[in-house]
Amino acid sequence: MADLSIEFAGIKAPNPFWLASAPPTDKQYNVERAFEAGWGGVVWKTLGEDPAAVNVSSRYSASYDAHGDVVGFNNIELITDRPLEVNLREIEETKRNWPDRALIVSLMVPCEEDAWKRIVKQVEQTGADGLELNFGCPHGMPERGMGAAVGQVPEYVEMVTRWCKQYSSLPVMVKMTPNVTDVRHPARAAFRGGADAVSLINTVNSITGLDLDRMVARPIVGSQSTHGGMCGPAVKPIALNMLAEIARDPETAGKRLCGIGGISNWRDAAEFIALGAGSVQVCTAAMLHGFRIVEGMKDGLSRWMDEKGYARIEDFRGLAVPNTTDWKYLDINYKSIAQIDQDKCINCGRCHIACEDTSHQAINKLLQADGSNIYTVNDDECVGCNLCEITCPVDQCITMVPQETGLPYMNWTQDPRNPYREA
Amino acid sequence: MIEPLKHLANTPVKPETLELKFSDIAPPLTERQAALESARCLYCYDAPCVNACPSDIDIPEFIRQIAQDNVNGAAKTIWSENILGGSCARVCPTEILCEQSCVRNKTDECAPVLIGQLQRYATDNADKSAHPFARAESTGKRITIVGAGPAGLSCAHRLAMLGHDVVIHEAQAKSGGLNEYGIASYKMTDDFAQKEVEFLLGIGGIEIVYNSALGREISLSALQSEFDAVFLAIGLGSTRTLALGHEEAPGVMTAVDYIRELRQSDDLTALPVPENAIVIGAGNTAIDMAVQIKRLGAEQVYLVYRRGEEAMSATDHEQALARDEGVQIRTWARPAEIELDNEGKVAGMRFVRTAEDGGKLVDTDRSFSLKAEAIFKAIGQTLVSDELDPAIELSGGKLLVDESLHTTLTGVYAGGDCTGIGQNLTVEAVQQGKKAAESIHQDLMAAGDK
Repeated sequence: MADLSIEFAGIKAPNPFWLASAPPTDKQYNVERAFEAGWGGVVWKTLGEDPAAVNVSSRYSASYDAHGDVVGFNNIELITDRPLEVNLREIEETKRNWPDRALIVSLMVPCEEDAWKRIVKQVEQTGADGLELNFGCPHGMPERGMGAAVGQVPEYVEMVTRWCKQYSSLPVMVKMTPNVTDVRHPARAAFRGGADAVSLINTVNSITGLDLDRMVARPIVGSQSTHGGMCGPAVKPIALNMLAEIARDPETAGKRLCGIGGISNWRDAAEFIALGAGSVQVCTAAMLHGFRIVEGMKDGLSRWMDEKGYARIEDFRGLAVPNTTDWKYLDINYKSIAQIDQDKCINCGRCHIACEDTSHQAINKLLQADGSNIYTVNDDECVGCNLCEITCPVDQCITMVPQETGLPYMNWTQDPRNPYREA
Repeated sequence: MIEPLKHLANTPVKPETLELKFSDIAPPLTERQAALESARCLYCYDAPCVNACPSDIDIPEFIRQIAQDNVNGAAKTIWSENILGGSCARVCPTEILCEQSCVRNKTDECAPVLIGQLQRYATDNADKSAHPFARAESTGKRITIVGAGPAGLSCAHRLAMLGHDVVIHEAQAKSGGLNEYGIASYKMTDDFAQKEVEFLLGIGGIEIVYNSALGREISLSALQSEFDAVFLAIGLGSTRTLALGHEEAPGVMTAVDYIRELRQSDDLTALPVPENAIVIGAGNTAIDMAVQIKRLGAEQVYLVYRRGEEAMSATDHEQALARDEGVQIRTWARPAEIELDNEGKVAGMRFVRTAEDGGKLVDTDRSFSLKAEAIFKAIGQTLVSDELDPAIELSGGKLLVDESLHTTLTGVYAGGDCTGIGQNLTVEAVQQGKKAAESIHQDLMAAGDK
């Protein structure tokens, strides 16, 4: 069996599956249930200065797919609404009860040195393993100059990180907001400030939908709404990209990264790890299904690792990073063509109409004597865009087959058709 | 009163049990079920289900509309091609039409989308407070239709929509045709046939004259002179006989007649029910008869057919329905003699075993008898053409029509079971009615241009 245990920025955990700072980690009761279920660590829901935050009623909303499953989850909750002293006491007790699990504490106080100094010292006394600086919360808190309001200004990120490293001996992880144009800048700033790791992404500014009768967005508070932070499967592609951007940025390459964003199963986790994450954080999937999901995540990941011959997480961590590059370095001479397995085809015609209406007219519809249609690829017109493979409802019915062109690797910087080519 | 069976006792089944046995055989989908099921539709392009539907309904479109919480739009998509979409959703043999060709009927896809049930969901739940179609500007043309069954009603609705005025002559006291008088009761509950006609008439411009039959109250020639066009949707008015002795004996009757009485009965407990019944035939009417008489309390019901199961015109689904009900299906047996008791009433039937010899059905030297107090004939219906014009040619005993539903007599069109096209399905009748309306419209408008 593969060894799932990790050491991440000096923090040890029996597995890389941590619960993100969120409602599931707000109280000792929940966190201990999570540990009982087998989670490798938690990031305790963000602590702030007293008096504690006050939350509104009606806090979440979601967007759904055609089958009614949640694809995006949105919240307008603030940081913990319990007194600091209660949280600190519970953190201490929980860590004492579960010494082998990672217990990291998320923090958010005003951008004042004293405030940060005070709180990091208080947390250090609980025996917690590390700190996560919440520079990502996109709703409510930025209006008070905290959360994403800090994360969007690299200078603030660097400054606050430096304070925390100065006043605390604990590992410091900085949580990135995706609500920026280029995530590399705040990430660089965090590491300049001495961060041991960055975690990403926090939630994406969002409105999930509207009540068209009442003409108000969701979640509805009385007769109003506000934008929230979206998480869940829909944000995974955004998170993976931002993770890859930091992982392959020469200024931050090799730094510790914690992956967050729509991770719902072992495969999602493996993808984040392959793009450089040393641990992953989960929230939405647990909020929708309970803590029990971690069992399948651990089992699935370790079976897959066994199959692939990876003994430890580190064995495959970051393996996909070198293969993630700029568009200009892609091989212009690579060619693939769609191939339809007629035995698997159920004749739904989706590939044909998608290609015919919106792409390259490369899938023929051939009327048969019995009135049915069969669908075939016109190789000469197919550009290998993958659209037919994507819209096909049958697994492995349409495959994109690499073609032997006999041509060598050539990227756009070398292409004679590029007037600005480098050589 | 069912004359041929008046000597038999009424059903022994308790009223509350009867109510259960004659309630909706396929209860409608709930909102949740419709949401789940509609999400299974793959929204195929040039969809096989549409090609399999005789009435051209854009099935993927209406299912997508249901999935998108647009049930009124879904119903309109259905009705625009099939104004009797509600009854077709109930009676269509979807297992040999849309659902058979659904791409999800393939093994790896688990099961076909429940297209018929979704169609019922849409048409049942749509807002019918205002009729969904408007009439075109009046053409000043008047068209008459003989027969207010599915073909006639469909034709009338489309003609009204195109701006014509329509008068339907209906021989019976109610409209709906077989939806009202012929289909098994549990397939068309809650007076649905009448409700659907009421909805259909909501378009306006359609008058129905009841108890008005060809050769009785009206004649074809008179209709031809009074109206700009005539559409014949007269169905099949006669039933085949067994050509055996004692066919008039108490205890012998047609399935069609019994089902008509059953459908019109307000009180099923008043229906005479034999202890043992024989149904002769192999079509859906035979199945409807056998299952209903069993549910009414007959102890033993035999459905006897002279050929094998594979040759039965009732679908596998219908045959299974009969078997599940406990109907004994006996194949390869030809009715040979109606057996009477000493009072001259039916006591049973003797059958000769048949076999196939070089594709021909032949008698063997074996025979057997079944005891029964009632014999129901469901061996097919025939066209009554006596009151029509000799200029209207027949083919195979039915009205000869071309693709545009013209008969061989100018200005006279025909559709539904009285023609030889299709398999006598309700949905085909609706389609033919609609097509005939389009033909009539085209012909009249073209003539007007001259």
